[in-house]
Amino acid sequence: MGRSQRWSLLLTRGIFALLASTFLLFIAIPLVSLLFHEPPAQVWAALLQPDIFQALQLSLVTTTLSTVLAALFGLPVAYVLARYAFPGHAILEILVTLPTVLPPVVAGVALLLAFGRVGLIGHYLAPSGITIPFTTVAVVMAQTFVAAPFFINSARAGLEQLDKRYEQAAYTLHASPFYTFRRVVLPLIRPALFSGLGLAWTRSLGEFGATITFAGNFPGVTQTMPIAVYMASESDLDTAIALSILLLAVSFGLLLALRLIRPTLDGERRATTVP
Amino acid sequence: MRTPLRVLPLLTLLVLLCAACGGQTQAVTPGGTGTATNATPATTLNIFAAASLTEAFNEIKGQYETSHASIRLQYNFAGSQQLVQQIANGAAADIFASADQTNMQKAIDGNLVQTPKVFAKNRLVLIVPASNPAHITSLKDLSKSGVKIVLGGPTVPAGKYALQIFDKLGASPAYGASYESAVKKNVVSQEDNVKAVVQKVQLNEADAGMVYLSDVTSAVTGKVEMITIPDDFNVIAQYPVAVTKGSTHASDAQAFEDFLLSSQGQVILTKYHFLSIVNNAGGQDK
Repeated sequence: MGRSQRWSLLLTRGIFALLASTFLLFIAIPLVSLLFHEPPAQVWAALLQPDIFQALQLSLVTTTLSTVLAALFGLPVAYVLARYAFPGHAILEILVTLPTVLPPVVAGVALLLAFGRVGLIGHYLAPSGITIPFTTVAVVMAQTFVAAPFFINSARAGLEQLDKRYEQAAYTLHASPFYTFRRVVLPLIRPALFSGLGLAWTRSLGEFGATITFAGNFPGVTQTMPIAVYMASESDLDTAIALSILLLAVSFGLLLALRLIRPTLDGERRATTVP
Repeated sequence: MRTPLRVLPLLTLLVLLCAACGGQTQAVTPGGTGTATNATPATTLNIFAAASLTEAFNEIKGQYETSHASIRLQYNFAGSQQLVQQIANGAAADIFASADQTNMQKAIDGNLVQTPKVFAKNRLVLIVPASNPAHITSLKDLSKSGVKIVLGGPTVPAGKYALQIFDKLGASPAYGASYESAVKKNVVSQEDNVKAVVQKVQLNEADAGMVYLSDVTSAVTGKVEMITIPDDFNVIAQYPVAVTKGSTHASDAQAFEDFLLSSQGQVILTKYHFLSIVNNAGGQDK
């Protein structure tokens, strides 16, 4: 390697290191200051209040449900987008991504106008006594609405990268499309699936604007962790910080778990790759 | 030779940015004379005011800025509990106008404000959507099962006052404690500020909400019905205003506070259904 090449390499690496470390510090420092604001005993005391576990339980239940729904309904959408070409394909792609672009409160207002008591769909349900706002169902719907696009786009990227010949090979071996999807396609796109699930799950865990607008705020029914943090931050900052630490710990735990599962799956994948 | 040409777009952008930044102080102010603005740059007062003051303060802004050419009013409307939290955490405010004494007391305890003065009072009122889906005609109807009531959260002044009203009703023989618990069971959401309560009732999602009389503005009257709360049970909300200790325009802020307390300010406030302080002697804390 010539001298100028070596300098160029050094410079490039130096700039990358500088930019990367600046950004990592930018992320890490606020999180660390959150952790070290109060002594752990105080955090623990704040967490033992009854409302907190209610909010945590509600958050865990609703986000699990909404992630499952996002995956269940999102996979077919991702498959269609990845495998088929048709007029309006671009529109469908954009439609699927729109909820991520909308400000969450706008998403909440939109859901209200559609599924509220006098909403487009809601007013058909109201006479039967079915009202959606102010219920836990509304929380799940709001979370699914904003989080599903993350799963769909991740799954789609995984499917697009998957060589169609694997599926075609399965078909030549008389595998049904369903069997192929379940036993060939899904295992091969597991990294994309898991990262999509992780994104969707954490997005719905942090979801606030659409939830408070569409579902409202009531402890035990619709007060999720982010809403509890927000309400607490206005009157009792210490409780808000304790809640934030809890939320941080739960998110960290889940993302870590998802990340740790992946390498073992990747290893499995390499072993089954057709040479 | 190539370098200057490549840098040209960047230089142009920089020049444009500088021009934009420098251009602000030369903006012509409406109502003021052209010559005055070039000599005196506008002073901006940051006013943190309770959400319920939105409409009244917006009208005050028009009048105040016209009569005070060098002053610009910039508002931050939110729940009073949120505002005092923001000021405590260093937000730059010149004036804090709270919807209750509790949050002003927090500001006093935190050494954030000068001595406050009550500048307006407000009453609460029950509102129902114009279509009245739950057929609520009186306070008693609120205890019917299935009625969806929306209030401000317990730390929001409007929510706190609402709970006080229900406590008063619960303590009276005409309504009783079972009424109070039935009503509290019917509460489906605790909103972050009073305007969110108005919104939910307006959108027909809530069957009833408790808001300030001043929140039933001209924009809202067609969409909601009001049910008055008897004076015996109603709460008179006291709105204190104070200049913040961190204000960099203390004398201008004080002038604004004086305007609120003056008859001109009171006229605008009463136009928006606030209760004036000039009727009561001194208008001090209850």
